[in-house]
Amino acid sequence: MTVMSFLGAIGAAQREAMDADERVIIFGEDVEANVYGTTGAGKTRSDKGDFLQMYGRNRIRNTPISEESMVGAAAGAAMTGLRPIVDLSYSSFLYMAMDQFVNQVAKNRYMFGGQASMPVVFRSAMFYGLNTGAHHSDRPYPMFMNVPGLKIIAPATPTDAKGLLRSAIDSDDPVLTFEACLLWGSKEDVPEEEFWIPLGEARTAREGTDVTVVAISSSVPEAVAAAEALAASEGVSVEVIDPRTLVPLDRDAILRSVHKTGRLVVAEPAHRTCGAAAEISAHVVEEAFGVLKAPIVRVTAPDMQIPFSTALEKQMYPTRHTIEAAIRRVLDLPASAEATELASASAQ
Amino acid sequence: METLSIDTLLEMQRRMLRIRAFDERASKMVKRGHIPGTVHTSIGQEAQVVGATMALSPGDYTTGNHRSHGHPIGMGSPLGPLMAELVGKATGVCKGKGGSLHLADFAVGSLGESGIVGSSIPIAMGAALSASVRGTEQVALAFFGDGAANQGVLYESMNLSGVWNLPVIFLCENNQYALSTPAHTVTSGVIADRAAGFGMPGIRVEDGQDVLAVHDAVSTAVARARAGEGPSLIEVVTYRYNEHSEGLRLGTDYRPADEREAWLKKDPIQLFREHLRSQGVSADELDAMEAEVLAEVDEAVAFTDASPYPDPSVAFDDLYTDTEYAA
Ligand SMILES: Cc1ncc(C[n+]2csc(CCOP(=O)(O)OP(=O)(O)O)c2C)c(N)n1
Ligand SMILES: [Mg+2]
Repeated sequence: MTVMSFLGAIGAAQREAMDADERVIIFGEDVEANVYGTTGAGKTRSDKGDFLQMYGRNRIRNTPISEESMVGAAAGAAMTGLRPIVDLSYSSFLYMAMDQFVNQVAKNRYMFGGQASMPVVFRSAMFYGLNTGAHHSDRPYPMFMNVPGLKIIAPATPTDAKGLLRSAIDSDDPVLTFEACLLWGSKEDVPEEEFWIPLGEARTAREGTDVTVVAISSSVPEAVAAAEALAASEGVSVEVIDPRTLVPLDRDAILRSVHKTGRLVVAEPAHRTCGAAAEISAHVVEEAFGVLKAPIVRVTAPDMQIPFSTALEKQMYPTRHTIEAAIRRVLDLPASAEATELASASAQ
Repeated sequence: METLSIDTLLEMQRRMLRIRAFDERASKMVKRGHIPGTVHTSIGQEAQVVGATMALSPGDYTTGNHRSHGHPIGMGSPLGPLMAELVGKATGVCKGKGGSLHLADFAVGSLGESGIVGSSIPIAMGAALSASVRGTEQVALAFFGDGAANQGVLYESMNLSGVWNLPVIFLCENNQYALSTPAHTVTSGVIADRAAGFGMPGIRVEDGQDVLAVHDAVSTAVARARAGEGPSLIEVVTYRYNEHSEGLRLGTDYRPADEREAWLKKDPIQLFREHLRSQGVSADELDAMEAEVLAEVDEAVAFTDASPYPDPSVAFDDLYTDTEYAA
């Protein structure tokens, strides 16, 4: 074990995959200079251990700012023997390549009757909560969940970032990974050796018996904090489930937990309409209506663009306080004066 | 121009005949309702297709567009599974999941046809990237129309493949119309000239009805690509004889009748037949070849007729390599 940051864990998974399989290549804007910190072995950008020095220009390639052709090139390369990792930097830029994602990457295997396999990973960071304004703050994973043929991961811890990314790289299907910048600096002990976390298996971030919170991406630590606070103040036992993989979604793990607790809150940083929370809620209602003791509550970003000013932006995403308020609602606990104040303070 | 063996010349004629016969039969089958949906034929453009595909070698890659039967046929794909695909049979080359717009036969390097105009261009570039990274001598060729030549992704792909010096050929099938729109009304300048902006050769084959002229131009580009000298753009001027798609009846007479008459006189198969005759090939031999090709198409149709439709459950396979569909 060694202490790794979320970003360091991504770099470690990429390095291990590059070492293990020469079909793995990385391309994207500014990857040679390790601008985003995941294509270098060291702590600074100019360290000798940068991937460019380690693996050479054949396997580490800067690209022009041409997302559509980058994604298409990765698909074509994946169909013909490589296993590319494409670094798309901000997830807002995925839209530039929407045709390639939806019409080529997602459809080619199916359309061609299984002749193609598409072992390719598209990495992008969700820069929300950092005053980057409406063009850089997107959390677009639900849009891609709506496209059959893609697999989608959204890790919330350094361990998951490393283990899930390695499974994504080794998968023969296309995987999009959405990495929240708010988590980049989070640190924990991570195994130094290679390990794989299977796609499609949820993680129980915290065990509990009274209410289930399914939380996604940076909402996971917020949900855990809300759970701790409620355990201390009300003696309530909250279970936090982190799906980690959104496609395929571990529906069984969610249902198992809801069967145990009978109550569900779903928290995620994406927009409300047709979000992952909407899908999870609908599924639980369809499959476990009888065990629900209270209506499901979603804590999501509103269907609103992301404003620049901190005063405006900070109310947009789930926080420990808004999640706590939701848990109180499904448990029919009185709204805590403190939590209400903090929830509205985070909204000011 | 390199001298081609008589066997190669005969194979060119055979493949052009195959495309013609296959597409003529497909057209009839659409009109009789035997093929659901529609098809886009390459009738009239056979020289452009075969001149290009026969300049490639086994192991090379192609991608194509909606006018798509000729590309795999030109690469040597057997006709039975292609025809079965058009009808939606289980034995189709894509198991009935692709249809006319999405033929693909990876066994002959055909990485798939795309219904989205321009969308498969970067896929060919990616195959060239793969060849380049793996250090093989394979090349990739992207077929696309004059209409697709105005998609931005072509220019991203030309730039990126130039920067990476990839073994890819961008082949524009300029049949002078995108559906009803004359190319010159929506195209600024000359398509082939656009290559200069990316520092790559841009070749315009004015007589795209001459299979040898196309073959010569594409062979030069292929040799360049294999030698590590990078990408090329080739624009081939040709003409489609049929409507944009079979069964379509456009109200407006967007193509002047005399224009079509003039191009019909430049039938690539007829022209090449005359060339072969001048090379000493007997009329009997050429007639026999035509009969063989027609028999091949009959066999493909018989194979299709004898094949079952896919079981409906098959619709839920092949999305992922390892993940079952979960309702
Ligand atoms: C992105 C996109 N836009 C529009 C269409 C509809 N469409 C299909 S074929 C076609 C004309 C294409 O012309 P061209 O590229 O010259 O090919 P041709 O049919 O002449 O072979 C159009 C507009 C489409 N399939 N995809
Ligand atoms: Mg055209």
